Amino acid sequence: MTKGTNLTDAAVFRAQGIGKSYPGVRANDDVSFSVEAGEIHALLGENGAGKSTLVKMIYGLVRPDDGEMTLNGQPHQPADPRAARAAGVAMVFQHFSLFDALTVAENIALGMENPPHRHALSARIAQVSQDFGLPLNPARRVVTLSAGERQRVEIIRCLLQNPRLLIMDEPTSVLTPQEAELLFATLRKLADGGTAILYISHKLDEIRAHCDRATILRHGRVVDSCDPRAHSARTLAAMMVGGEMRPIDRSGRRTGEVLLQVRALSQPAPTAEGTALKGVTLTLRAGEILGIGGVAGNGQDELLAALSGEVRSAPGTVLLEGADLSRLGPEGRRVAGLLAAPEDRLGHAAVPDFSLTDNTLLTAGARKGLVRKGLIDRPAARAYAADVIRAFDVRTPGPGTTAKALSGGNLQKFVIGREVMQTPRVLAVNQPTWGVDAGAAAAVRQSLLDLARSGAGVIVISQDLDELLELSDRFCALNEGRLSDPVTTEGLTLDRIGLMLGGAHGMEVAHP
Amino acid sequence: MIRLVPRTETPALLQVAIPLLAVLATMLAGGILFGVMGYDPVAAIKTIFWDPLFGPAASYSRPQLLVKAAPLILIASGLAVGFRAGIWNIGAEGQYIVGAITGAAVALAAYPAQGMWIFPAMVVAGAAGGWAWGMVPALLRNWFGASEILVSLMLVYVAQRIAAWMAFGPMKNPEGFGFPGSRNLQQYPPASNPELVAGTGAHWGVVAAAAAVLATWFLMSRHIRGFHLRAAGLAPRAARFAGVRPETLVAFCLGLSGALAGMAGLFEVAGPAGQITDKVGVGYGFTAIIVAFLGRLHPVGILLAGLLLALTYIGGELAQLTMNLPAATVQVFQGMLLFFLLGFDLLTRYRIARRITA
Amino acid sequence: MIDPVALFVLLLSASTPILFAALGELVVERAGVLNLGVEGMMITGALAGFAAAYHTGNPFVGFAAAALGGALIAMPFAALTQFLLSNQVASGLALTLFGLGLAALFGKPMEGVKAPAMAAGPLGLNWIVWLGLLMVPAIWWFLNRSRTGLVLRGVGENHDAAHALGYDVRRVRIAAIAFGGAMAGIGGAFISIATVLQWTEGMTAGAGWIALAIVVFSNWTAPGVLAGAWLFGGVTVLQLRLQAAGVRVPVQLLSMAPYLATIIVLVAISARQKFSRRAGTAAPGSLGQDFHALR
Repeated sequence: MTKGTNLTDAAVFRAQGIGKSYPGVRANDDVSFSVEAGEIHALLGENGAGKSTLVKMIYGLVRPDDGEMTLNGQPHQPADPRAARAAGVAMVFQHFSLFDALTVAENIALGMENPPHRHALSARIAQVSQDFGLPLNPARRVVTLSAGERQRVEIIRCLLQNPRLLIMDEPTSVLTPQEAELLFATLRKLADGGTAILYISHKLDEIRAHCDRATILRHGRVVDSCDPRAHSARTLAAMMVGGEMRPIDRSGRRTGEVLLQVRALSQPAPTAEGTALKGVTLTLRAGEILGIGGVAGNGQDELLAALSGEVRSAPGTVLLEGADLSRLGPEGRRVAGLLAAPEDRLGHAAVPDFSLTDNTLLTAGARKGLVRKGLIDRPAARAYAADVIRAFDVRTPGPGTTAKALSGGNLQKFVIGREVMQTPRVLAVNQPTWGVDAGAAAAVRQSLLDLARSGAGVIVISQDLDELLELSDRFCALNEGRLSDPVTTEGLTLDRIGLMLGGAHGMEVAHP
Repeated sequence: MIRLVPRTETPALLQVAIPLLAVLATMLAGGILFGVMGYDPVAAIKTIFWDPLFGPAASYSRPQLLVKAAPLILIASGLAVGFRAGIWNIGAEGQYIVGAITGAAVALAAYPAQGMWIFPAMVVAGAAGGWAWGMVPALLRNWFGASEILVSLMLVYVAQRIAAWMAFGPMKNPEGFGFPGSRNLQQYPPASNPELVAGTGAHWGVVAAAAAVLATWFLMSRHIRGFHLRAAGLAPRAARFAGVRPETLVAFCLGLSGALAGMAGLFEVAGPAGQITDKVGVGYGFTAIIVAFLGRLHPVGILLAGLLLALTYIGGELAQLTMNLPAATVQVFQGMLLFFLLGFDLLTRYRIARRITA
Repeated sequence: MIDPVALFVLLLSASTPILFAALGELVVERAGVLNLGVEGMMITGALAGFAAAYHTGNPFVGFAAAALGGALIAMPFAALTQFLLSNQVASGLALTLFGLGLAALFGKPMEGVKAPAMAAGPLGLNWIVWLGLLMVPAIWWFLNRSRTGLVLRGVGENHDAAHALGYDVRRVRIAAIAFGGAMAGIGGAFISIATVLQWTEGMTAGAGWIALAIVVFSNWTAPGVLAGAWLFGGVTVLQLRLQAAGVRVPVQLLSMAPYLATIIVLVAISARQKFSRRAGTAAPGSLGQDFHALR
């Protein structure tokens, strides 16, 4: 690749000494870097390293406390996103930027300063999607689109403004490997046309494969700037985390008798946006970790709800050690030994405004004797919360702290700990390390392995394929509510997994 | 530059201070309003908030405090349980009216029989009537997803018209010389709800209100069902995950608050009001919403808030007599109180900080 | 014999207050705000409009004053929900209670006086009836075809996304709340100035709540609001006709009809939204949720 050779003149964007504080947190401190025309520049860092704050400042959503930014040599101080867009900055968000009930064309119009009339806009959308091989129907409502298609809406919204600098915030987190490849083909094409691309991610492999340069952030500061292709994933990870990661200990596990059976479990979609489960069948043995992969929105939440008991199913579909739990609710299943931890920590696995003590009562009332004959034993609940905090190294002042005051990683450790310490026969978790820092993620994964070693069965539903490969003995893919037959994880490649996950979801190949 | 910073912990003192702040702000704003209307603001505030307890006619008005506070507290206790769970029964006024009618119906059917069973049967019938009227929005929400806010409110208007129909039709006193309204239950001892201790205003409704405060306190702070209710209000999905069925919760909350409101209606019609008329609903069901919020949805707070709003009722009547202040003044006060309370409530969730400039 | 044309004219008149209030609330809810204070804004408009019409002798000045009054009384609600992040349900209730009280307080001197006569518009229909009918396509166009309407729908559908794109969520919502207040005010004034022709305490009698139900019934569309308002107007007129015809049903029971009809349509439409997978609900995505942007 010959891009970005003309380093001094080609800088489209430059940041010098950028700083931003929130109460109690220095989100960015003396951050300096530049992005050149035609370059795909990675901004690499853990959750909480300050990547989001930095790009929000470039996009005018947050104002820096100190430092200067320039765009095309001009001072860049956008008062709001509109000003940033007018200056030539476009951004594809990870979340929160599409309007489900509106059409593709309306969504795109909202992201433009002076959109042309409806019909003219539809024609331009058609034109751009043709040029970049990103087919889209302007009249469709966004709610009916797949994750990959939604991202196309965002990208086209950006492309219509002919941006000088395009910011991509964790764009592949919702894509299959094949869809991600297509995305990179599009980005490369854009870069070849002279657009500067700032690419935010914590996925080392894709950055090494596709980015020309990387700026690495840690605790709000730039720790290094390098050519990611010249480094191994291991050294990049060390730079990102600041030290070697302790490898996961998978030793000493053996699988035993069958614990959980799910037989031909079908369930209608709970909401218009939800996914129906179609004949899900699985078997889980003692000591085994079963990994279930899939792109978001393919039935993960629904499967977990069917296991936890939040949604009851037809008789004979969920059996624990031969006992039929299908008609039992969450409480009955916990008593029987089937426990669960849903994806969303704040608001699903825990009540944000409750103390950690009260949050133990959410699931541990029966198994830990915290509730007897309907009466709450608060001292016992407090003691259990303290036990979980100690055993799982949850960093918090104490059991009286509200759940929302904890960082994502600490709350996740608490939630997983609350279930693991109830010594379940089977534990089902969904996205156990989503959005948590590397240290907490490692601790959570180790605790799941330890639980399996003690003879329990564990189901890990995750969109993080590396995590599934690291943890699970067998792997299934969940695609549009259907669960594939399991395959042994050893020797499984990312490509093979990608095909199991439903290939490219009908996404057409971008023709270069 | 001022900015809001979310709190992770709410100081206990604030929970007490905010209602007091709201009351003070209401007095201040009310005083300004009176001044604009050409009344002496200090005298008006004193007449409403001070004289009913310590003024020249206090010996008459003091017992009224319990009479007016009892239905407010009884209804608000039930409403607060639902509000905590995010279930908005705003039709307590209708449940109150229906409870009064079904309770009085037992008495009118039994008339002129004598017996110890009559009054207890009326209480049960009143509670059952209010419960049934509350279950209508509950079931319509559970079965069809209809908003309990709108259905319960519509049923207030329906209940008001049933009361009018009763007063002019089926329940009209046959010895009432053609005037609308039922027999006066105060003149039918087995069915009446008398003052239990002379000079206090305390009738059976006061006893029931006290019991309701204790029972809801126990439920909300000691029992797992109360815990589930609070969880459902703060994070519905977490409550489901804990094992709560939303349908059960909706039925429980609307049924409970309906039954308590119905009971309040019965105690009123068998006691202070005496008879079913077309004006049997006097707005307690709506004022109780303010009581519930002013009491911060906490049983003890509701007890105090109920007494305070009862005071404004009595003070308003007093001001009407002595200062010729319009009766609607009290309504304005109550509305303002709720506004201020909701505004100051911000302080429980956020603290004010100066913008940090590094 | 009942003349169908005359009946339709009565229906139009009976549905106008609800039509205004529900169209206003439609815009408010499309911006993502649930304002349960419609009843309070209507009664404020009814009084402000009546007083202004009485003092100036000009009913149109009355309607302008009603719009202003309704918008003003909605401002505490806007401040509470948009700046102080108060619960929208509770704040709306407070607005209703406050409005009812304030109108009762200031309405005392207005009791017993008559509204000035109002010249009829085209086809003998009241001008305000015409204005209401005109507002239906106007609001439809605003919501579905105008740029501002698109931004408003965006804010109501997903306020975080709208904020991320640089739209001022609060400003859009406050403007919508003010507009909703003005429309409710005009609706209320139609009752006092054009229908009852005098001021009585609590004269809106739940019309604001019915308007809220009609927004649900409409599935958040302007033509749906018109259909709902006409349905309600039809039931009201029918009920009054039956009363006049001396049907052997007590007046009190007949007068329940509008409220029962509201419950029935609410249930029917909720059931359709709940059970029909294709219909679904068009309720705005951020309806009733607090918005707090950290900058």
